Amino acid sequence: MGLEIGLGHYLTVAAILFTLGVFGIFINRKNIIVILMSVELILLAVNLNFVAFSAHLNDLQGQVFALMILTVAAAEAAIGLAILVIFYRNRGSIAVEDVNMMKG
Amino acid sequence: MTLPLFFFYVFATITVASAFMVISARNPVHAVLFLILAFVNAAGLFMLAGAEFLALLLIVVYVGAVAVLFLFVVMMLDVDFAEMKSGLLAYAPVGMVVGAILFLELLLVAGSFVVAPDVVGAGGLPIDATMDNTRALGQVLYTRYIFLFQGAAAVLLVAMIGAIVLTLRHRPGIKRQSTAAQLGRKPSETVRNVKVQSGQGL
Repeated sequence: MGLEIGLGHYLTVAAILFTLGVFGIFINRKNIIVILMSVELILLAVNLNFVAFSAHLNDLQGQVFALMILTVAAAEAAIGLAILVIFYRNRGSIAVEDVNMMKG
Repeated sequence: MTLPLFFFYVFATITVASAFMVISARNPVHAVLFLILAFVNAAGLFMLAGAEFLALLLIVVYVGAVAVLFLFVVMMLDVDFAEMKSGLLAYAPVGMVVGAILFLELLLVAGSFVVAPDVVGAGGLPIDATMDNTRALGQVLYTRYIFLFQGAAAVLLVAMIGAIVLTLRHRPGIKRQSTAAQLGRKPSETVRNVKVQSGQGL
């Protein structure tokens, strides 16, 4: 690692963020809100990779794609929270273990 | 250590630390606040990479909209979060194994990644250094990527309608204003002329 910010710097940070997001999904099995936040962290890590490669390859396409990911992440958060709200309205709980209405 | 590198380490450290706090915070409100901190610092990283428009968009969209949405939902749902913490770490070993494998693989990629020298700048959309980032993005977003852009708009529209449809509910037994019924009233239905006999009352 030299004195300049290289591709490896960004990839390392994004890898740590991605792993923290996946780990967050595993350990927060009782709280869907934190799982949704972990998904946001994962998408942020992916975006960071896109922007880093865009800067490194001197190509704007990565930033355009990151913009699309941002859109999808916002839509996903809105829909996920809406589902969470109606689930809480029906069951009075947001624990993952209570999501078993479709279990045969 | 150069100044950009110093700021990179500052932003990266705070981002990673607050991401860790997001997944480990006891209180979901704290988790949302740490999520905001992580996003603001990630916006700093974007800024350092030269993606100024995306950095500011990250602050507007995530801190301004998504994080506030999370905060709103966390505070609206009256959940007993203390009870929720029991048995928190039951899945931690599995998560640790999966996370460690994933992290090692990602580090292998990040550490050994080499880009062929002729690939740099050979993409379809080289960055014009004389143009600022927002203008460059806008010039391709409305021309070359117009279908992609409209597709993103359609995704947002569907998400908005979907969220409204999912959460809208009609509670029975609640008095509501019905404009059509109000305007459709006739005098014959509402006014009654009564001939009152004098000295008797109704």
